Amino acid sequence: MTRGNVLRATLMKDLRMEWRSKDAINSMLFFALLVVVIFSFAFNPTAEESRQIAGGLIWVSFLFAAVVALNQTWARELQNQVLDAYRVSPAPPNSLFMAKVLGNFLFVVILEGLMAPLFVVFYQLRSVGPVWQLIVVALLGTWALVVNGTFFAALSIRTRSREIMLPLILFPISIPALLAMVDATTMILTGDGTPDFWLKMLLVYDVVFTLVCLLLFESVLNAE
Amino acid sequence: MKPLSIAFLVFTLALLGFSTYQALVVAPTEATMGPVQRIFYYHVPSAWVAGVCFFVNFLASIVYLWKKSLNADALAEASAEVGVVFCTIVLITGPIWARPVWGIWWTWDARLTTTLVLWLIYVSYLVLRRFAAGGQTRTLAAALAIFGFVDVPIVYMSIRWFRTQHPSPVMGGGENSGLAPEMLHAFLWNLLAFTFVGICFIAARYRLQKMENEVEAAHAQLALQGGGQ
Repeated sequence: MTRGNVLRATLMKDLRMEWRSKDAINSMLFFALLVVVIFSFAFNPTAEESRQIAGGLIWVSFLFAAVVALNQTWARELQNQVLDAYRVSPAPPNSLFMAKVLGNFLFVVILEGLMAPLFVVFYQLRSVGPVWQLIVVALLGTWALVVNGTFFAALSIRTRSREIMLPLILFPISIPALLAMVDATTMILTGDGTPDFWLKMLLVYDVVFTLVCLLLFESVLNAE
Repeated sequence: MKPLSIAFLVFTLALLGFSTYQALVVAPTEATMGPVQRIFYYHVPSAWVAGVCFFVNFLASIVYLWKKSLNADALAEASAEVGVVFCTIVLITGPIWARPVWGIWWTWDARLTTTLVLWLIYVSYLVLRRFAAGGQTRTLAAALAIFGFVDVPIVYMSIRWFRTQHPSPVMGGGENSGLAPEMLHAFLWNLLAFTFVGICFIAARYRLQKMENEVEAAHAQLALQGGGQ
């Protein structure tokens, strides 16, 4: 089996399972919706204030929601020892990893697409800066969260109390990415400054950590 | 303990005594900050030891992933624990110094924030070590250690940018303006003493970890031989 075949087969399997069950997307959506509602009670912002805090609000709710989906990534592979079967098969581990990352990336991007109108309605958001920049920030930032999140989910699935473990190891490492996403989003929404530096930062973060993940995934998969 | 270890420990204690004398008695009192500035002789050497510990942790983790050597893993765990202890000292002595000098306990400045994030990353590393089960702990921890170390420069860059972009709080003092020779003298002695203290801690923790590994191996051997009777 070639890399491309393994990647495509795993990705299509995950997408088909998600399409039929809609577990990940439903739980993420409902969770993000809850966070949005709770934040609006907690801060009760005016339209001007919400433009200032929306960057933080949007990304914190997506981060929390993404953790819900990431935790489920590997859980279904533990049933019937699928992961063990994968280990003894000659299929390249990085194809499995990239398939999982792409699947999660797609789920979180869909979530963001569905949630964006809600943010606009609930917080009366209107972007001062160009909207296409927001999309670039969303794509780069989502990749940053998902690539590390998928890797750390593979770590935390091997520990006791695995659901708790993922945010504990993912959040500290993700602080620079989160900072970049939040600050870039706030800059674009308020039109206060250009987010060029943050976009470059996110790109560097994505490239560096994608490489580190690909280098280390095989040892983590085969850890005894 | 072996005689060499005892000699090393005695030497370290003597050095620590001498450097404390240098810091508290010999070094002159700073003109504007007063006696509180002497915390500098503990604050900065602790930061240095923490940094070295995390670097050793990074190297040991790579060696573990490469050679699967249990000793490398023991060194990684020892250095991470000692690093977190010294990083905690930095985070506690910092605000004690900042309060009288800057007028605030804490500011989200690049170096302070980076240190805090560094501390969070290595605490999460230690948490992972406690929660993972069996031999796979070592591989998982080594992977996380590499992530953590790679993240540090990125954290520093991003926070520096974040803070220079926005109006920064009033800052003053610091040791930037160059040290008086007597101060530099006391500082270097403390740097040396703290480095030795760090080595002592790591060595002790490393020995302990090796013993734990041996006990574990002996248990496994026993279980294989007699079914654990």
